[in-house]
Amino acid sequence: MSEAVKSQTAPVAEAAETLTVTINGQAVKARPGQTILEVAKENGYHIPTLCHFDLANLRYVNEVASCRICMVEDRKRGRLYPACATPVSDGMDIQTNSLRVIRNRRNVLELILSDHPFDCLVCWKNGDCELQALASEVGLREIRVKGERHQVNVDTSSLSFIRDSSKCILCKRCVTMCSQVQSVNVYSAVGRGFNSVISTAFDLPMIDTNCTFCGQCLSVCPTGALAEVSNIDKVWAALTSGKHVVVQTAPAVRVALGEAFGMPPGSNVTGRMVTALKQMGFNEVFDTNFAADLTIMEEATELVHRIEHGGRLPILTSCCPGWVKFFEHQFSDMLDVPSSSKSPHEMFGSVIKTYFAERQGLKPEDIIVVSVMPCVAKKFESARPELMNEGVSDVDIVITTRELARMIQEISLDLENLEDTPFDDPFGESTGAAAIFGSSGGVIEAALRTAYEIMTGDKLEDVNFTPLRGLEGSKEATVSINGAPIRIGVASGLGNARKMIESIRSGEQVYHAIEIMACPGGCIAGGGQPYHFGNMELIKKRMEAIYAIDDNAEVRKSHENTAVQRLYREYLGEPYGQKAKELLHTTYTPRRKF
Amino acid sequence: MPDGRTDNPQLIALQTYLNGLDKDEGSLIVALQRAQELIGYLSEDAIFMVGQTLNIPVSKVYGVVTFYSFFRTRPRGKYDIKVCLGTACFVRKSPAILNELATLLQMEVGTTREDLKYSLNTVRCLGACGSAPIVQVNDDLYANVQVSDVAGIIRRYLD
Amino acid sequence: MHQSIKRVNSLEDLLELQRQYSHIADFRTGRRREDGHREVLICGDTGCVANDSTEVVREFNRQLAAEGLEDQVKVSVIGCFGFCVQGPIVKIMPDNTMYVKVKPEDVPDIVHQHLLDSRRVKRLLYHDPSSGRDLEHSEDFPFYKKQKRVVMRNLGLVHPEKMEESIAFRGYEALARCVCEKTPQEVIDIVRASGLRGRGGAGFPTGIKWQAAADQPGDVKYIVCNADEGDPGAFMDRAILEGDPNSVLEAIAIAGYAIGAHEGIIYIRAEYPSAIHRLKLALTQAHQYGFLGKNIFGSGFDFDITLRYGAGAFVCGEETALLHSIEGGRGEPTPKPPFPFEHGLYGKPTIINNVETLANIPVILLEGAEWFSSIGRPGCSGTKVFCLAGKVRNVGLVEVPMGTTLREIIFDIGGGIRDDKRFKAVQTGGPSGGCIPESHLDTPIDYDSLKALGSIMGSGGMIVMDQDNCMVDVAKFFLEFAIEESCGKCAPCRIGTKRLHELLTKVTSGRATDNDLELLEEFGQTICASSLCGLGQSAPNPVLTTLRYFRDEYEQHVHDHHCAAEVCIDLMEFEITDACIGCNVCKKNCPVSCIDGAIREKHHINQADCIKCGSCMSICPVGAIIKK
Ligand SMILES: Cc1cc2nc3c(=O)[nH]c(=O)nc-3n(C[C@H](O)[C@H](O)[C@H](O)COP(=O)(O)O)c2cc1C
Ligand code: SF4
Ligand code: SF4
Ligand code: SF4
Ligand code: SF4
Ligand code: SF4
Ligand code: SF4
Ligand code: SF4
Ligand code: SF4
Ligand code: FES
Ligand code: FES
Ligand code: FES
Repeated sequence: MSEAVKSQTAPVAEAAETLTVTINGQAVKARPGQTILEVAKENGYHIPTLCHFDLANLRYVNEVASCRICMVEDRKRGRLYPACATPVSDGMDIQTNSLRVIRNRRNVLELILSDHPFDCLVCWKNGDCELQALASEVGLREIRVKGERHQVNVDTSSLSFIRDSSKCILCKRCVTMCSQVQSVNVYSAVGRGFNSVISTAFDLPMIDTNCTFCGQCLSVCPTGALAEVSNIDKVWAALTSGKHVVVQTAPAVRVALGEAFGMPPGSNVTGRMVTALKQMGFNEVFDTNFAADLTIMEEATELVHRIEHGGRLPILTSCCPGWVKFFEHQFSDMLDVPSSSKSPHEMFGSVIKTYFAERQGLKPEDIIVVSVMPCVAKKFESARPELMNEGVSDVDIVITTRELARMIQEISLDLENLEDTPFDDPFGESTGAAAIFGSSGGVIEAALRTAYEIMTGDKLEDVNFTPLRGLEGSKEATVSINGAPIRIGVASGLGNARKMIESIRSGEQVYHAIEIMACPGGCIAGGGQPYHFGNMELIKKRMEAIYAIDDNAEVRKSHENTAVQRLYREYLGEPYGQKAKELLHTTYTPRRKF
Repeated sequence: MPDGRTDNPQLIALQTYLNGLDKDEGSLIVALQRAQELIGYLSEDAIFMVGQTLNIPVSKVYGVVTFYSFFRTRPRGKYDIKVCLGTACFVRKSPAILNELATLLQMEVGTTREDLKYSLNTVRCLGACGSAPIVQVNDDLYANVQVSDVAGIIRRYLD
Repeated sequence: MHQSIKRVNSLEDLLELQRQYSHIADFRTGRRREDGHREVLICGDTGCVANDSTEVVREFNRQLAAEGLEDQVKVSVIGCFGFCVQGPIVKIMPDNTMYVKVKPEDVPDIVHQHLLDSRRVKRLLYHDPSSGRDLEHSEDFPFYKKQKRVVMRNLGLVHPEKMEESIAFRGYEALARCVCEKTPQEVIDIVRASGLRGRGGAGFPTGIKWQAAADQPGDVKYIVCNADEGDPGAFMDRAILEGDPNSVLEAIAIAGYAIGAHEGIIYIRAEYPSAIHRLKLALTQAHQYGFLGKNIFGSGFDFDITLRYGAGAFVCGEETALLHSIEGGRGEPTPKPPFPFEHGLYGKPTIINNVETLANIPVILLEGAEWFSSIGRPGCSGTKVFCLAGKVRNVGLVEVPMGTTLREIIFDIGGGIRDDKRFKAVQTGGPSGGCIPESHLDTPIDYDSLKALGSIMGSGGMIVMDQDNCMVDVAKFFLEFAIEESCGKCAPCRIGTKRLHELLTKVTSGRATDNDLELLEEFGQTICASSLCGLGQSAPNPVLTTLRYFRDEYEQHVHDHHCAAEVCIDLMEFEITDACIGCNVCKKNCPVSCIDGAIREKHHINQADCIKCGSCMSICPVGAIIKK
């Protein structure tokens, strides 16, 4: 029998509505194979859920049916069934809110909470927690059955996120995410019965596992059992340290930050975010998008170089640290395939601690670089020894979009009603090509715009490579450059990435360049963004906002960024040249496969 | 043993056995049972080897190992003593026998003594309820055990 | 071992073999005698082995050799006779003499008196306490009188390791007749008409299940024999597999033929090494004879059986968990639907049947549906094997027609309560069954009547309790089992069973209030209604039934802080009576030094410090210490 998770490769054809089901006394039509939950939802009935989640676009469903919160009554059979995992059958007579249903639901929730710490007030998930919201919805006011709690282990070993099993309700969403979607398989249920926990192989601390720190498990965890390592205090400390503190914000942050303040998904808050950062006291507020343009200069040149000099193909993008670590574990025999380019914020850190420091007359150790990222993997990345220059990290502190939102709340700013402020010079300038880094397919599209012009010397008229856009996990396109077909692959989500790499390894597919993002949909769905809980509609809105930024940009090709041009002119020399390689490129380390 | 090389003869035997299995998840439990037979318990190396050879994530193998009470991740004592706590034995006072064993052997139930001489565990029904309560030491079964018999049983396993 | 086994290629070949071997059956059943020839049958099943029956076998071999009797007297180790409490059991054929509780040192007497001198060894005959007589023939034992052996027809009769004996007792004839003479649909129709219901617990009609799988499209299907037998206190499946493995193999092949499967899997507990050994032997022999493998009986039907071992998880008896376990995963159940018959092992249609269910199949096909349905009650035909244990005199395996009453089983067959104590309750259905009081003992047993009492048939565990069992403590014991065996997947069972246990502990330690009893009931019902699989859905049964039938005992614990059965240690006090002679022994032995008293004066226990270990009571030379 297939495990708890259904994964279908082809979209299900819409079957005819052939069943009649009664819900709360009203007869409705349903299609065979639909769950009670789906039918109820379609007809406007709300059934509370907890363990269930449905990544509709990725076609992954967490169907473990373990929390039993969604139980409804089938009057015909006189029994309770979990709505999320029970297919409808003809003639069912469903009650979603009978007294029996309500009483059992309350009691089950009471049992769950009897094995849960009451830490809401100080919990990092406070306000974003599905369990908390459910307790409020069900209106539980007393835990009558108090008793022993399951054994707890708190894992703080990683720089990216904390696992606190005391808050885990064993919904296994993280397992589904990590195993089925990401194919990393860090987690498994371990032990049995009351003391079962979600854990790693041999209960190893996260830092010793093959976790990529993509943070997707965090994005779907309904409780505070998984949460990023918060660096908020470090940032406040930096800001009062007397050092020169520079902040940069990634492309995907600006289209999601507003959600934390109740704004509709897809709101672009770039200018207001800059204002907030200014008010916090950062000396400079720069745009990682600038560095994205810089990354394109390097990656596109490297691609052209590999094509023209018979180098190793395909080239794989390397701006996603989750993907990089995945590659190091799973394909450690192929470490020469990815581009050696650092990720944008790391390039930026490097530039700030050299070029910028020299220009400002500062010592690198007196500058603190803070990155605001949609990503928890970047926290791990920033501490990689490969990304240090004479003992100084390129980037000192990484915070996520969520942490930035919290900091803004801490200083009581009303983001929505702030004025717009532009980024600081000289690294505030960026192109539309950089903006789309935040969405799956964006990096390769941006690189193509530049590579095309380098290789052909012609001007690219239509810069939109639409087949590379969208939330599908795997995309591909063939672009003709100088009459030669260049095959491009795009994968987001590590499970899709694995399939794509395996297909090139087996020789089944041939590509010239592949972009890979660890998070399904790219950084807009990153593990550091406001929790998406598997809601792909929300991610789509963020994506649309990203492409709107590109559409509205005056300059849409990275090599036309004048600040980037000046940087090469004044400091770096040639793209992919010696100085550039020294500052903007890195190496990879083989890691143990699990 | 991350590189898969080993000098340990038990592990080499395990590797040979694993190489002959179908490389799918259906072989997992059989493979673990064999590994435990060969090594006496499921060491990290053994679990790792099973996962790698059968192409099953190690986390999953570990999840399976910790699910089944038959599998153990630590070595057992030379004498593996089990007291049946199945219903028939329970109602005929096997808990008292367990207590007596724990007291006399000076060990806790569910553990293996430091000197690896004894393990003391409980089981649920050995299928000899007619002669309850039952104590098992390795392959020897003792029937109708009384608290006063316990010392005598232990005396047979002193070496 | 037979060196030159000839493959049996047709039904006729099989019947010919059957005739060849018929003398075995005739001799074994006493229908035929050969001068001077005798056979010693010794139970080699786990219960008797635990009582040293292996040594008895060895001793027989030694003695017979010493007397030069090896050629006339054959020693056969055979399956469980059912009367395990009297084990080791030895039966002499064709005299039909049953000796009980035979020790190795009794063997010379049997050899000299019985085998050489044809005198019965009186002291080894079964002494029937009801009539006061020593009985020689098992048919006369009250224990056997109300039993009817259908499932266990061959136990204690057929040598489980010798295929020719199975053949002599019509083994594989039903399979041969099915594949040679019947269509799969005809086979299903017979099973349906017989009214056989699953013996693994739920009592689902077997024929209907087979039909559902047969109706599924596809040519890869599986039949799985559930031999996980995890109920503590039940061992009938093991006894069947050890005593008559061939009937089960035959039945699996018949089921395979009926539903269109070519592969069978026996999922058996690794804790049953001797059953595994016997099954392996039987499988090898069945292949040699051509009863399994390709082109069985020349019919064109191919079928194979493999063994898979459970690894110690009770929940793997649940169908979906079992399948996950075979597939190499954690044995965590998944919701039904989809049912295994539509989406089972590796996603293919799969039938799961219990060992005892299957053991019925060959006889049903040989004797006919009508014969089978005439046994038992309407809607619940056939027999059921119970593993009678606990405080009853005749502990053992009993097989009775459905509809026999609990009283008949416990008092007529079981001989009543041991040591003349008072009956209190009988627990049926294993750890998730319920406890039934005296007032319901006249209930005729079947699936529905037990369910109506709040218990279940389960796999046939039947534990009898007397006045010394505290029902709250018993409920607690069963919950401990549930906690230990819960897979931990779903919240109500994982957390709920723990909470029920904590509430019960409150009761047994005298800290509970009436409100706690309400909570026990309320949450017990929630766990039943909301859990994902049968384990959680039935785990509260022992609590709910004891609350229903023995509420006064609970209330006694709660209100009076008193445990009448003197089991709940927290509610008891040790007290020194005036009989104390002041010897000081107890004081010296108390592990927490809570006894005061001067020499030759009455001693006194400081109750606040006493840990109730009871050692003072057992050590006092004059019995001056009592438990209240
Ligand atoms: C927790 C649990 C444990 C079970 N254990 C067993 C078992 O040990 N043996 C068995 O035959 N059936 C067991 N069952 C019942 C099986 O799931 C299944 O109903 C049965 O094997 C079907 O066969 P039958 O129709 O022949 O009875 C168990 C069910 C549950 C819920
Ligand atoms: S996880 Fe949720 S319910 Fe639990 S303490 Fe945190 S906020 Fe509260
Ligand atoms: S909700 Fe209740 S517990 Fe929480 S802060 Fe308000 S008053 Fe306090
Ligand atoms: S961060 Fe990513 S790789 Fe690591 S456990 Fe979570 S989902 Fe798996
Ligand atoms: S860590 Fe979170 S997502 Fe994972 S099982 Fe626990 S509660 Fe669910
Ligand atoms: S896709 Fe983006 S957010 Fe996700 S891990 Fe990679 S860089 Fe981080
Ligand atoms: S009821 Fe118990 S055993 Fe069954 S799935 Fe739930 S937790 Fe597991
Ligand atoms: S029961 Fe044990 S602790 Fe209590 S008085 Fe007697 S010896 Fe001492
Ligand atoms: S052992 Fe008995 S007689 Fe002696 S002091 Fe104690 S109570 Fe009294
Ligand atoms: S939401 Fe359906 S069981 Fe958890
Ligand atoms: S309960 Fe102990 S042997 Fe069955
Ligand atoms: S075990 Fe020997 S008679 Fe049952």
